[in-house]
Amino acid sequence: MARTTADTLRTTPLHACHTALGARMVPFGGWEMPLQYAGIAAEHRAVRTAAGLFDVSHMGELELAGTDALAMLQQMTANDASRLETGEAQYSALTTPEGTVVDDLVVYRLAAEHFLLVVNAANAATDLTWIRRGIASAATTRAPDAVVIDTSARYALIALQGPRAEGILQPLTGVELHTISPFGFASGEVGNVRATIARTGYTGEDGFELLVAPAGAATVWTCLLEAGDGDGLVPVGLGARDTLRLEAGMRLHGQDMDTTTTLIEAGLRWMIAWEKGPFTGRDALAAERESGPSRRLVGFEMIDRGIARPGYAVHEAGADETGAAIGRVTSGTLTPHLRRAIGMAYVPTARAAPGSELTIDVRGARLRARVVRMPFYRRPR
Amino acid sequence: MSYPTDLRYTRDHEWIRLEEGIGRIGVTHFAQEQLGDVVFVELPDVGRVLAKGEQFGSIESVKAVSDLYAPMSGRVVEVNGTVADQPESVNQDPHAAWMIAIAIDAAREAEELLDADGYASLIGGA
Repeated sequence: MARTTADTLRTTPLHACHTALGARMVPFGGWEMPLQYAGIAAEHRAVRTAAGLFDVSHMGELELAGTDALAMLQQMTANDASRLETGEAQYSALTTPEGTVVDDLVVYRLAAEHFLLVVNAANAATDLTWIRRGIASAATTRAPDAVVIDTSARYALIALQGPRAEGILQPLTGVELHTISPFGFASGEVGNVRATIARTGYTGEDGFELLVAPAGAATVWTCLLEAGDGDGLVPVGLGARDTLRLEAGMRLHGQDMDTTTTLIEAGLRWMIAWEKGPFTGRDALAAERESGPSRRLVGFEMIDRGIARPGYAVHEAGADETGAAIGRVTSGTLTPHLRRAIGMAYVPTARAAPGSELTIDVRGARLRARVVRMPFYRRPR
Repeated sequence: MSYPTDLRYTRDHEWIRLEEGIGRIGVTHFAQEQLGDVVFVELPDVGRVLAKGEQFGSIESVKAVSDLYAPMSGRVVEVNGTVADQPESVNQDPHAAWMIAIAIDAAREAEELLDADGYASLIGGA
């Protein structure tokens, strides 16, 4: 088993905390990140039943500011950022003229003319260039008053997720957490470190994401782990982050969608703010809305025993060895919580209805799967 | 971790326990540690004839899938259904969780396998 040298990989401000906890570190998107601590299954279950602490400092942060910042964002993203008040965030996407996905992101309105974009680690540089080009080529009579900069190095990002997240965090902060709605955020402190506390996440559970200065990250991490010890809080690596988001039906950019798949094909039509006016990709997406997408990203579960992995070919139900593939698996695993082999795949629209049967080529074996509605898991309320 | 001296090992991290012409095959502590939580083990049917080095099944963790290779040639005479039903037993006690038993074709093939010291030095520093 090959060993990867770590000297070319970037590390987060919490790197020493991970190695002290015995994490298995792996390369991910140019970073050396914890894959797991105690084990993916145990970490996954802890987030569903108690709480988990994640270092997601590899995520990129871009800041967009100026009197035209909102207009630029409206032009480049699919959701309607004008609906955001200061202190609110939304899930959105940077789209190409074809309506495909440059990246998905969370847009935080820090002030009337100041937005923070949290983007995928591997895409931060691409996104920055994309947004700069968008500003430079804006079809306005004068140069737009908008500047975007990469502020990733100014932030560590720590996620506290799970049903006990609020109870664990509350004693460590003066912010009244119950006043923060889902996708809302507030400024305050956590363990005497200044933090932006957002009620967001990527697990399908209630919880918070904390933006803190790198110098304060280890303090916040350590005092959270200590505070949550009696409540079953455990550190959680990228392995369980992936199984949690998949169970919750959340797409992973670069796997479940990219610049070859449209927002509609990826099942994110709900995000598109048709009424807000023109934006990059709107015409293509509107045409696709009229004609209907030729393929769609669906959730599936295996009927036969076996696990479908990303890249496996999807065939018509009952297809023999000779038929051409009709689609491809983009994500797949056996989920530790539901104990079901689930996944996502692109299939022709005619095969996308829940209940449709598919055949998946699992390393040469033709196994049956069934299209099911996503999310696979919905938290009890 | 000390590796049992009554087992022979492959460079692919399988072990085989030889007793009276029968070889029971599993994966090592090192292998299960690298895989993480094992969630699925696919095994062959009784009666299948395996050549040394031939793939006989696969083992999957939450994150990854690995193929299983026969350390020696032989015919499958028994399959451990317990491991298939409780894949986590591979993590809990890897050197007891045998997967298949084969009737050994050629006992001399064992000489090409690693002993406990040889295997420990193979994975040494890991």
